[in-house]
This record gives sequence, structure tokens and C-alpha cells, in this order.
Amino acid sequence: MATFHTRSAARLMMAPSVLLLFAWMIVPLATTIYFSTLNYNLLSPGDHAFLGITNYQYFLTDPAFFDALINTLLLVGGVLFITIIGGIGFALLLDQQIYGQGIVRILAIAPFFVMPTVAALVWKNMFMNPVNGLFAYFFRLAGMEPLDWLASIPLFSIIIIVAWQWLPFATLILLTSLQSLDEEQKEAAEMDGASAFSRFIYLTLPHMARAITVVILIETIFLLSVFAEILVTTNGGPGTDSTNLTYLIYSQALLQFDIGGASAGGIVAVILANIVAIFLVRIVGKNLEA
Amino acid sequence: MARRITNRRKVVISLIAWSIALALFFPILWTFLTSFKTEGDAVATPPQFLFFHWTTENYIEVQARSDYFLHFFNSVVIAVGSTLIGLAIAIPAAWAMAFAPTKRTKDILMWMLSTKMMPPVGALIPIYLIFRNMGLLDSRWGLVGVLTLINLPIIVWMLYTYFKEIPGEILEAARMDGASLMKEIVYVLTPMAVPGIASTLLLNIILAWNEAFWTLNLSTSEAAPLTTFIASYSSPEGLFYAKLSAASTMAIAPILILGWFSQKQLVRGLTFGAVK
Repeated sequence: MATFHTRSAARLMMAPSVLLLFAWMIVPLATTIYFSTLNYNLLSPGDHAFLGITNYQYFLTDPAFFDALINTLLLVGGVLFITIIGGIGFALLLDQQIYGQGIVRILAIAPFFVMPTVAALVWKNMFMNPVNGLFAYFFRLAGMEPLDWLASIPLFSIIIIVAWQWLPFATLILLTSLQSLDEEQKEAAEMDGASAFSRFIYLTLPHMARAITVVILIETIFLLSVFAEILVTTNGGPGTDSTNLTYLIYSQALLQFDIGGASAGGIVAVILANIVAIFLVRIVGKNLEA
Repeated sequence: MARRITNRRKVVISLIAWSIALALFFPILWTFLTSFKTEGDAVATPPQFLFFHWTTENYIEVQARSDYFLHFFNSVVIAVGSTLIGLAIAIPAAWAMAFAPTKRTKDILMWMLSTKMMPPVGALIPIYLIFRNMGLLDSRWGLVGVLTLINLPIIVWMLYTYFKEIPGEILEAARMDGASLMKEIVYVLTPMAVPGIASTLLLNIILAWNEAFWTLNLSTSEAAPLTTFIASYSSPEGLFYAKLSAASTMAIAPILILGWFSQKQLVRGLTFGAVK
């Protein structure tokens, strides 16, 4: 239907976005691949000798890489688990008739708008601090020894902080999806004598499937690159206990100045993220057609 | 009888929902309250909830000690600047994809989404070195540029899903009446697209305001937005809870208010139109 004229105009209008994004994708990627083959440390000036795949061998056999990989998976998986289960429960609750629903929604969504550095520092100091934190106070009140959250269970503490930021997001999206469920279907199921539980399993849950997939997709994109929360709370420690891939590569590049090694790590991270992305893009693509 | 049971049910469910919502909100409320305490009261045992000596000196001190408003201003420039430039680039693209789609439009949209999935550490090293060599480290415009690019896919997608809903017949009618492409955009499309553009603007300001990977890595002091400024409290000296709270309250308050306005658009925007 579009004429030749509009088609070429359309191409012209898309060009800036497409070219910029293409450059943003290809330039850093090509440069990172190039750096990953060099013996390149910011502290040692002079020529950067070509190393081939040595940087990759070092990075992949470094025990820190394996730790970081596991931590990344635990962090993404842990936060997804808490936010999906909690989000479904809370959304079901908010879908009922409640007093002051508007205010409840406003209070519940708020953590999503808190910038990561603020969220992490508030939790670190005012809640998880073993001396002055509120948790320590409640532990002492209950006659227990206060827990030094970020020193003894650093990754779990970070999962709590990140989940606090994303639970509202999951809830809001799942609630939006719930509200589009046809009332008549629910009534029909009720009249047919379906119990609340089977109504949930056979009607509500399938209806929410798409929203749940979308929540998993969006959260995974952001959770794979959690950074600020780790930087301001534990610096990845103790040891590598709370280091994820993003933080590991950051510290190798900007704290140890090992550009070659960190670039190899960056490429590994890109490959891993792409494996995840292939699945996710397919799912979103299907949802778009629906 | 039945009615009484439903009423009781409503009360119970309301109580549970309110408790959860208040628990989620509590860290923010606690930060807000602590920002008005003296440093002594902030760490008092038992914790002081409301009956403490209210003071605003933390706010004054945060400004005096570290030029808070410079960082606030940086956040505004970076968030608003990157969003406006992003919109200027994305509006034509989204318009073209929504109203003159070709076979490849969907592929292009998918490809744009996939650039968002590239982990930022994959680009960190070259960008950091380019910025260093060009003297862009710790510069506002450098950050505006990077944030424009990282949010561009989301902006295009959001606009696309909004533009998609504008009926195409209206454009055809305008074309039949002999409107040129420019006229079509200015007089027909723009007025209908304004609500979608406004919510895209709002959501992307929020995302850019809270962005904490590139801002932390590419800024240190002069151009530091609030994300970086607040991070400097991770290794403080002496008592600082009240001052941290004051700085945090000022950092999140404006975006919290914007966020509350944009709840509905948030779902649609962040799910790329898949959940409405």
C-alpha cells in the first residue's frame, strides 16, 4: 500500500536510529574482541603483544570465573523466584476488593523507583548493619546474636535488596494481566463448581502465563547486569562470595587494569547473555503475533 | 448473612494487603524519617520512630559539605537530555515502522531489542578507553550520549506500540486530501501521538535517572549524577545515617512522584507493549 515515495522516506527516517544502534553494538564489540587477543595492561606501557586465545584460557580457568558464573545464576534465579512467587501472591491479593486500593498500589510500587545505589546503601546501613541496623535490633530483642548480613551471607543479602526493588515491578505487571481476565469466565467456572484452587490452576495461571514470561524476560535482562548493588555493599566480597560476572569483569578492567583479560571476560559475558537472549527473543516474538 | 461474610473477608484481605504494602514501603519511610533525626537519634536504641527531635540540619549540611545541587542538576541534565535526544532520533523511526511497515520491520524491532540484551560490561572497556582518550570521562555530555544510546531501543519500542494504535485510515484520508508528508506529521499525527510521546518521555526520564552502571563507571565528581554521588556514602567517616538519609530522600523524591504518575505507562512501556 505504501508508495515508493513513502517507503524511501520511511527508510530515511529509520536511518539515524538504526545506524546509531548498529554503531553502538558493533564498535565496542569489535574493539573488545580485538583487545581480548592482546597482552594489554594499562600499567605496562608500550606495545601490546598479540596473544591469541591466551586471555580466554586464563579467564575461563580462573576459579573466580566459575564462582562468578554460579553467583550470577544464583542472583538471577533467586530474585526471579522471589519476585515471581511473591508477585503472583501479592497480585492475586490486590485483585480482590480492598479498602484504599489506590494507596496500597502507590506504596507497593515505590521501591521500583528507588535508584540502586540508594536502595543498596539504605539496606546495608540502616537494616543490615550488625551494630546499628534495625535487623540487629530485632535480633537482640528476640535474644539472638545479631547477624552480620553482608559479611556472612553476602549473596543472599544482595538477593534480598535486589528482590525488594523488583517485587513491585513483577506485582504491577501480573496485576495488570489479572485485571484483564474475563469476569464471566471466572463466574462460569465458579458456577460449574470449580474450587478456588482449580480455578487458579486452570484459569488464572494460564491467563497470566504471558505476563509471567514477560516479567522473566525483562528481569533477566536487568538482573544479568546487577552492578551498583554489589559495588556499594560488598565490593564482590568477602573473597568472590558476592562477585557476579559483571562485577568480575569490571574489577579486572578498572581495578586491576588488565584490559586484555577483562575484554576476554566481556566477550564471554556477551556470549552467555546471547544464549539467554535467543530464547527470550523467541518468546517475545511469539507474544507479539498473538 | 452472606453479605457480612464478604465484608469480613474484605477487611481481612485489606489488612493483609496493607501490611505487605507497608512492609515494602517501610525502607523508604524509614529513610525519610531518619533524614530529620540528629545523627545520635538515627542510631539510638530502641529505634526512634516519631518522637525524636525533628531537625532539617542534615539537608543543610549535605548541601554545604558536598554541593548536593550540583549533582542534582547533573542528574536532571543527564536524564532529561538523554531522553529528549533519544525521542528526537526515535520518533521518526517509530513513525516509519508503525505507518510504513515493510517485511523487515519486525526483524528490525527485534534486532533493536536484542541490542538491549547485550551486557553493558561487554562494551565497558572500549567505551571507557574512548572516553578517557577523548577527555569525556566525568563529562555530562559523554553520559548524555551513552544513556541516549542505551535507552534508544526502549524509546523506539514504546513509541512504536503507541503509534501502532493510531488508526491508519486517518492518515490515508489526510493523504487523499493532498497533505504532504510533513503536513501529515505536523497536523495529523503529532496531536494524536502526544500522549504516547509524553508517557515515553516520563518513563525514560525515570530509567535514565536511576541508571547506575554507566553513570558509576564514567563519572567521578564534576559530572557525577546522584547515583554516583550517593555511592560515595559507601565508605564514609563517622556517623552518617541521617545525612545519608537526607541525601537519599532528595535523590528519590522527584522520581517517586513522577513514577506514581506513570504507573500505567510503566507496565506497557517496560513490557514492550506485551502486557497492557
